[in-house]
Amino acid sequence: MADLSIDFAGIKSPNPFWLASAPPTNTGDQVMRAFDAGWGGAVWKTLGNPIVNVSSRFGGIDYGNTRMMGLNNIELITDRPLEVNLREIREVKRRYPNHAVITSLMVETKEEWKEIIQRAEEAGSDGHELNFGCPHGMCERGMGSAVSSEPKVLREIARWAVEFATKPVIVKLSPNVTDIVEPGEAVLESGAHGISLINTIKSIMAIDLDRMVPLPRVGNASTNGGYCGPAVKPVALHMVGELTRHPYVAKLPISGIGGISNWRDAAEFIALGCTSVQVCTAVMHYGYRIVEDMIEGLNDFLDSKGMKSILDLRGRAAPQYKNWGELDLGYRVVADISTDKCIGCQLCYVACMDGAHQCIHLPGRTEEQARKAGHTHIPKLIPDRAVTARGGAPGARVPFVDDDECIGCNLCQLVCPVSGCITMKEVPSGKPNESWNDRVQRGADFVPGGLHVTEVERAKR
Amino acid sequence: MTHHSPHIPDVEGDRLEVLYEDKKPPYEDAEAIAEANRCLYCVDAPCIKACPTAIDIPTFIRKIGTGNVKGAARTILSQNLLGKSCGQVCPVEVLCAGACVYNDWHRDPIKIGRLQRYAVEKALAEDPQIFKPKAPTGKRIALVGAGPASIAAAGWLALEGHEAAIYEKKLLPGGLNTLGIAPYKMKVEDALQEITWVLSLGNVELFQGVEIVPVSGSPEEVSASALLRQYDAVFLGLGLGPDSRLKIPGEDGGGVVGATHLIERLKADPTLRFKGVDRVIVVGGGNTAVDVAHELALLGIDATMLYRGGEEDLSAYEHELASGRVDGMKVLCERSPVAVLRDNMGKVTGMRVIRTEDKKPVAGTEEDLRADLVVVAVGQSRMTEVARSFPGVELDMRGRVIVDPKTYRTGNPKVWSAGDCVNGGKEVVNAVGEAKIAVTSMHAYLMGVGA
Repeated sequence: MADLSIDFAGIKSPNPFWLASAPPTNTGDQVMRAFDAGWGGAVWKTLGNPIVNVSSRFGGIDYGNTRMMGLNNIELITDRPLEVNLREIREVKRRYPNHAVITSLMVETKEEWKEIIQRAEEAGSDGHELNFGCPHGMCERGMGSAVSSEPKVLREIARWAVEFATKPVIVKLSPNVTDIVEPGEAVLESGAHGISLINTIKSIMAIDLDRMVPLPRVGNASTNGGYCGPAVKPVALHMVGELTRHPYVAKLPISGIGGISNWRDAAEFIALGCTSVQVCTAVMHYGYRIVEDMIEGLNDFLDSKGMKSILDLRGRAAPQYKNWGELDLGYRVVADISTDKCIGCQLCYVACMDGAHQCIHLPGRTEEQARKAGHTHIPKLIPDRAVTARGGAPGARVPFVDDDECIGCNLCQLVCPVSGCITMKEVPSGKPNESWNDRVQRGADFVPGGLHVTEVERAKR
Repeated sequence: MTHHSPHIPDVEGDRLEVLYEDKKPPYEDAEAIAEANRCLYCVDAPCIKACPTAIDIPTFIRKIGTGNVKGAARTILSQNLLGKSCGQVCPVEVLCAGACVYNDWHRDPIKIGRLQRYAVEKALAEDPQIFKPKAPTGKRIALVGAGPASIAAAGWLALEGHEAAIYEKKLLPGGLNTLGIAPYKMKVEDALQEITWVLSLGNVELFQGVEIVPVSGSPEEVSASALLRQYDAVFLGLGLGPDSRLKIPGEDGGGVVGATHLIERLKADPTLRFKGVDRVIVVGGGNTAVDVAHELALLGIDATMLYRGGEEDLSAYEHELASGRVDGMKVLCERSPVAVLRDNMGKVTGMRVIRTEDKKPVAGTEEDLRADLVVVAVGQSRMTEVARSFPGVELDMRGRVIVDPKTYRTGNPKVWSAGDCVNGGKEVVNAVGEAKIAVTSMHAYLMGVGA
């Protein structure tokens, strides 16, 4: 059994799984039920001057058979009196002293920040998460993502918080910025103790085409909301990656948020450098119970890799996140279609024909037929193969790859519905191990026939 | 602590059961993940309530979907140590899958049995160390019979740190799981492999070819009083006895066999062949009758189930009847056997039957049916003598061991019982579920809690 406990800027937690500040952390009863289910920590639904929320306030996006692959909301911070929230926080900490309870905060003036931080600490909060991320409603009032997108403002408010707080301060960032590094550096400069990201992405979920109103609909109108759920995970991973490879910002502990639904997602965020992960949409979909699989799955994963603790996993993938110019131009893969597994759907064929490089062929065609179908390059040998997989219809054709033409783009593997049927095999490219940056340095950063030529090339002419 | 590795004999290869194809072959990874992701992950799920061992089905399926296969197996096996075989042999159509919410929505229910088999097989193949037994308690328990109830009970007892000793009359352990399951659902080797795993969970001994008797008279016999004396508790997992008989003229002699006896030979006896057998009459309307008729039909034999009630009275599962009929089995209802017909050499030539109405014979409607073999599937006797040799253990009118339904404890405070000998003959999963209740109660007694 691996050690799942973490220390996040001094905030201790029995495991890295925290509930993100959102409806699942709205009340003390909820948080205590979550801790009973196994969650290691909870970031309390944002405290501030209570607001009035609208109805409805959530919109979902489905894809195929998957419900709620994305969710958005136009809910604001807590609509419950501060006194009630603080009383419940005190009660939760009294009953669960070893779990992490972090208060998410959002107020306007310096005096308000001072007051709310002190009152949260008196209630027993283990740390504060400054909500500089909400992209709807509160930003119109100069809070939420309005702060995240102004590094100077962010730095100043975070400095107030650090000054007033005796507990660690975490700054939660909005993804609604051009470059996440700027607010990241501002957090570092503020002296805050940690970063969490991402908050939700500005979005309009859908349009009700009968009423001609965007969703979620409030009466006869709507507004842009914050997008979250499994669909935003790649955006979140990228932004986390930008900060975890920053030479200085990376020294701060990072709490990863964004589409984390299971142990594998969590492991990925931790491998990229996160210390804790925060979950919301998956809990809103399936309830607190999902944490059992997250704990068990992460534990078994660490065991299977011979890792003893979260620290062994943390940041293992970060050094491999590089700029494009550092990638090896000499590396080459080509697609390989398994005749045993192919079911003969030929989705790879059409994807390659119309969406890629026309290097997947159907067997049994004459050269003329192949040219008529759109192939400009005809392989020397066109085999005549039938499907042998147990799922394939008798006699169905297994497409084959023209190895010489395949550029190794991956598209066929991505569209193939049968897992493990198309693999990308490494082949020698005959080219040296060299990156674009190497070529720039060597003065060979041009492609013959291109628009621009280098100084070296120009000199030759 | 000494760990015994019970030796389980190999089965010889050239048996008839190896000819059968798997009706529900194991899933490949991609198939399992696609099916798992179809599950809605219901809360308070009807499938859990329909499972006699209350496996948290939606949770294990979600774990398959997240790639946490070991965790999925853990979820299954912590409720049901025979989770692999139950995945293969459970009548999921009337249990978990039959309760799936998709049915009401006119969609295919989740293939829970196949997912369960996938999770356990894959996880155990990668790492059989899913559980670790607790520290030894020094308590010793004897288990009589090596059927699913005893095997599951022995496994759980071993995990609690107790010593378990199983006494089995036959040379192969496993009872129904090993010798009674239709070969297109599970083969002998599969059953033995699972048993070997369960027996490896802790300190379990297996004595094969040993009979429990009122008074011991040979080295292959152990008396009930000796068990009660030598062990801290006893578990009776006796199962059922030999096939019942028709009690009609001509029944004695070759060519008439009991159903479970025949299935057992088909699965484990390499000498069994059906030479010269073209037509078979299987008497009975239950699941065992369907199994036999279906198995014979798959071997290319003309097999007919003969049943005295009407089609609607058949106690066999509808899905089993339908699948048997697809494979060529026939069902002849409202007929009752009168006599087995034999030629002057004594060879079975057929059966005289009579039409019935409301299961009662209608005079003057006799007819002769041709058959080379008659299989009797009208029930099994009870092992009453063994049960009675334990003082305080009582039986009901139908020869079933009487237990407290909350604890599965018998009238003898040191004796618990579960499985077919208690319920009169149900599914493997019922035996496992009952054994779990018995072990929970027995463990509390052994540890001095609530005794």
